[in-house]
Amino acid sequence: MTTEKPAGAWPAEIFDVLKKVNIEQIAYVPDAGHTQLIKACEEDNSISVVSLTSEEEGVAMLAGAWLGGQRGALLMQSSGVGNCVNALSIIQECRFPLLMIVTMRGEWGEFNPWQLPMGQATPQTLEQAGVIVQRADKAEDVRDVVHAAAMMTFSSNRPIAVLLGQRLIGFKDWSK
Amino acid sequence: MAQRREGTMDRRVVMGAMLAGRKDALIVAGLGSTCYDAGTADHPNTFYLWGGMGSAAMVGLGLALAQPKRRVVVITGDGEMLMGMGALATIGAKRPNNLAVVVVDNEHYAETGMQPTHTHRGVSLAGVAKACNFPTAETIYTERELEAAIPELFGGVKLMFADIKVNTKRYPLSIRMRDGAHIKNRFRENLLGQQAFD
Repeated sequence: MTTEKPAGAWPAEIFDVLKKVNIEQIAYVPDAGHTQLIKACEEDNSISVVSLTSEEEGVAMLAGAWLGGQRGALLMQSSGVGNCVNALSIIQECRFPLLMIVTMRGEWGEFNPWQLPMGQATPQTLEQAGVIVQRADKAEDVRDVVHAAAMMTFSSNRPIAVLLGQRLIGFKDWSK
Repeated sequence: MAQRREGTMDRRVVMGAMLAGRKDALIVAGLGSTCYDAGTADHPNTFYLWGGMGSAAMVGLGLALAQPKRRVVVITGDGEMLMGMGALATIGAKRPNNLAVVVVDNEHYAETGMQPTHTHRGVSLAGVAKACNFPTAETIYTERELEAAIPELFGGVKLMFADIKVNTKRYPLSIRMRDGAHIKNRFRENLLGQQAFD
């Protein structure tokens, strides 16, 4: 069984997709699974990168980005999904696009039981808040799933979350 | 603690003075009374929030980053700002020089029965903003102070925060435009032209 995996190529592939679809703002609450992608965004002078205190700030910020004519993406882990719920009412009522890229916790080999309630409730919570949920569990699928989600959100003005499965990211082996 | 100083200005007078001095600034109005006040002089460069309490300042940050050549002013209430106070830290860390955050502070939740907010109990939002790395953060009590602040809030080139103390007078709801998609599309079309629908 695979535990913690080296990141592989998919974070760089997400970055390529974000550039291809002209993402100019990144809002994030860090997650180990997003480390490489956050670094790549920070090294790109044409992207404004904003570290948040809480995930709902990113939902509001990217509504503002779209108001001003820019596209953005929100990088976060599943434990922050619940924080976003009320801010997502702005997205739904105004029909803003929103691209959320959510690394999953609490769903596969999770060592921290406190991660399970939010992790297990993540897809339903997003759907109940009006967000379309898509996911990638295999490294070879990540590029296409993120690209398709980006194309759809910005052409439909509807929010989409891409869940990156914990199996993709690997888990901490606490038995060592 | 120093003795509390009451807000005496009228919120509609304060909003009227700000909207008269808005020039070509883009305004984000936070939910509640400030949203209704802003509607007394409607403008397509105003984005009205009727929900998402705590979000106004961050909508302003995203807009300011997207439109670096335009001045962006968030105008919101004390309750709305308190709900999203982390935004002051996020904005202070980013320090965009084309953004101002203005709180029209009546020290109460006026829409829900006039319960006191934390600003009524010793919390200084200007103090929070200052501690959050805002280069300028002041509390404004008088019309003279307000008139002095407006040109820089709406036309300056630095990040600013202002907490404007007002009295608790309530006004009837004065804005008819509620449809969020319409408010968003109107704002974008006015700002971006045809690009808004590309």
